[in-house]
Amino acid sequence: MKKNFQHLISTAVPLPIENIDTDQIIPARFLKATTREGFGENLFRDWRYDADNQPKADFVLNDSRYKGEILVAGKNFGCGSSREHAAWAIADYGFKVVVSSFFADIFKNNALNNFILPIQVSDDFLQQVFSAIEADANAQLEVDLEAQFIKIVATGAQENFDINPYKKACLINGYDDIDYLLSLRQEIEKYEAGREFNF
Amino acid sequence: MKRTLVDKIWDSHVVVSKSGFPDALYINTHFIHEVTSPQAFDGLRKRGIPVFRPRKTRATADHNVPTIDQHLPIKEALSRHQVEMLTKNTAEFGVELYGLGHPYQGIVHVIGPELGITLPGMTIVCGDSHTSTHGAFGAMAFGIGTSEVEQVLATQCILQYRPKRMKIEINGQLKKGVVSKDIILYIISKISASGATGYFVEYCGEAIRSLSMEARMTICNMSIEMGARGGLIAPDETTFAYIKGREFAPKGADWEKALAYWKTLYSDADAQFDKTLRFDAADIEPMITYGTNPGMGMGITQHIPALEQVEDKERPSFKKSLDYMALEPGSALLGRPVDYVFIGSCTNSRIEDLRMVADFVKGKRKADNVVVWIVPGSKQVEAQAKKEGIDKVFEAAGFQLREPGCSACLGMNEDKVPAGMYCISTSNRNFEGRQGPNARTFLASPLTAAAAAITGKVADVRELV
Repeated sequence: MKKNFQHLISTAVPLPIENIDTDQIIPARFLKATTREGFGENLFRDWRYDADNQPKADFVLNDSRYKGEILVAGKNFGCGSSREHAAWAIADYGFKVVVSSFFADIFKNNALNNFILPIQVSDDFLQQVFSAIEADANAQLEVDLEAQFIKIVATGAQENFDINPYKKACLINGYDDIDYLLSLRQEIEKYEAGREFNF
Repeated sequence: MKRTLVDKIWDSHVVVSKSGFPDALYINTHFIHEVTSPQAFDGLRKRGIPVFRPRKTRATADHNVPTIDQHLPIKEALSRHQVEMLTKNTAEFGVELYGLGHPYQGIVHVIGPELGITLPGMTIVCGDSHTSTHGAFGAMAFGIGTSEVEQVLATQCILQYRPKRMKIEINGQLKKGVVSKDIILYIISKISASGATGYFVEYCGEAIRSLSMEARMTICNMSIEMGARGGLIAPDETTFAYIKGREFAPKGADWEKALAYWKTLYSDADAQFDKTLRFDAADIEPMITYGTNPGMGMGITQHIPALEQVEDKERPSFKKSLDYMALEPGSALLGRPVDYVFIGSCTNSRIEDLRMVADFVKGKRKADNVVVWIVPGSKQVEAQAKKEGIDKVFEAAGFQLREPGCSACLGMNEDKVPAGMYCISTSNRNFEGRQGPNARTFLASPLTAAAAAITGKVADVRELV
C-alpha cells in the first residue's frame, strides 16, 4: 500500500527532552521482529512502562490529555543508532509528523522513507509550540507540505520549513526511492562498465 | 579545482546527478547483518526482484548472537529466528554469509577490514550507524536505514545529497596512558553529540598519522556520536601495510595499480572545508563519560559540571541524565566503584585492544566486586588472542573471554548489565538502557576499563602504568 502526506491539522504530543536517541524510541531488545509492523506498542518502551510493564503515569504517552498525529520533541531528535525501527515505531503508533529544532541525519532519512514528515523549526518557534500545548493540551497545529509551513492555530504564529524538492515530491505523490533508482538501471550498468576496480 | 578527499571519492561514485534530485551514488561494498536486513529482503520479494550485485554484499551475524556456546542452537526464540532468517535470505538471494561457526564471523565492522574487503576509495554502507569505522582506510562509509538497505540490494546505489565537509586536526603527541578512544571522546565532549551533524569529517594531524589502523578505526567508528554522516582518514603507508596480503585485498599487478590510485586519495592542499577544528593532543587526558549521551564526557580527574555551569535551557535534560545515572552534579567519578567492565564492541574489540588490555593486566587479578567481560570482535581476533596466549592472561586475571558479537554494547542478546549497576565500557553509547534496562554506562578506553577491572573502581590509568 502506497502512503503519502500533504496536509494535516492535529493536536500534538509534547516531549521537551533534548538528544532523544533511537534507543529510547525503540530499545534494542525489541528489534528482533522480521517485519515492519507492530513496533508502535514498544515506542518509548522504557519511558512508557516500568520494570513490571505497568504504564508510568508521568510519561506523556500515558497522559490522556495529550494525543494527536504530531510529536514535538527537543533538539537533536533521533540521534544514535540507524535503526529504521524507530521510524516504524513512530509511524505505527500513529504519528505522521515530528517537530524538533534539530534532527539527526539518519533518522531524518528513515522518517522520510516512511512518509513521516520531520519538520525542523527554530528554537524560538519550538518553545512557542511547547508553550501553546502547555496552555491548552488541545492546541492544534496545522502542517502544509505544499506551502511548507507549520502554524499554531490558536495564535496564528507560523514558520516556514525546508525540505528538499525531491523528497517533497515523493511525500506528496507517495513515491519511494527504489522506484527512481530502478529506473536508472542503464546508467548504473554504464557506470560499472567504466570502472576497472571496485573502489 | 582543489578538492577534499570526500569530494574525490564522491565524484568518482556519482552515477547520475540531476538538478532537483539527490545524487545516485554507486556503492562498492554493502555489509548486512541479521537485525536491519530481513525487512529489506522482504521488500525485494514483494517487488519480485533479485539482489542486483550479490557479490558486493557480505553478511554476518553479530548483533543478536550469544557470546557463549555459539556451537549450540541459539536459546532465545526471536534471536534464533532472526539469525535463521539471515541464513535463509542470503542463501535465497546468493549473498555470501559469514554466519555463526564460520571462521570469518564477527562484528561487521571488525571483519570487513581484517579480511581486506574494506579498501581505500570505496563507498561502503551498512544498516548500522557505526559503518563510519571503515573510514579509517580512506573509504567513504556510512550507516543507512533498512529502506536504503533495500535500495542497495536492488540497485547497488543509494540516493544522497553531498554532505558538508569538516576537518578535525589533532596536532602534537599523545601523553602516556592516553589512547585513540580518548581522542574521540575528547572531541565529542568538546563539540557535543550533535556538533558534526550534516558533515562528513576528515581527521588529520600528527597525532592521527601516528596511530595504527586499529586505533584509527576507533576514532572513525565514533564519528556518528557527534552526529557526523561519517568520518575518514586519508590512507598512507600504515594503511597500505595493513591491507597488503589480506584475504580479499588486490594481489600482484592489481595491487600495484590499486596502490598507485590509493596514493591520490588525500585532500588537496588548500581544499576548502566548511568547518575546521584544531585540538592539541597534549591537552587530552584519559576520558570518561558521566551522562547519557557520548558528548557528556570529561577528563578522568575532572568533576561533572555543577548545575550553574549548564545553560538554563539545557538543565532539564542534564538533570534527567544525571538522575538516571544517580550521580550528583559537581561530583568526581575517580574512585567510584563499578560493577561491570565490558571490553568489546565495534569500537574496541580488535586484537590491538586485547593486547593493550593483556599487557596492562598481566600478573594482576581483577577486583572482587567486578564482573569482567571481554568480547573479541571476530573469530579471527579470538583465534589470534589464543595464539598469543592472551586468553591465559585474562583467565589468570579472572576475566571472561567470550565469543564474538556485539554483546553488551547494545544488550540485544543475554549480555545485559543488570538494572542500577554501573558498567565501564569500551563501547560507543551510554544512552539510557543501552546495556540493559536501567543499566548505567561509563564510556572509556580499553586501558581505563582495564584499570577499573583491577581496582574495582574508576581509576586513573596513568597512576598504574
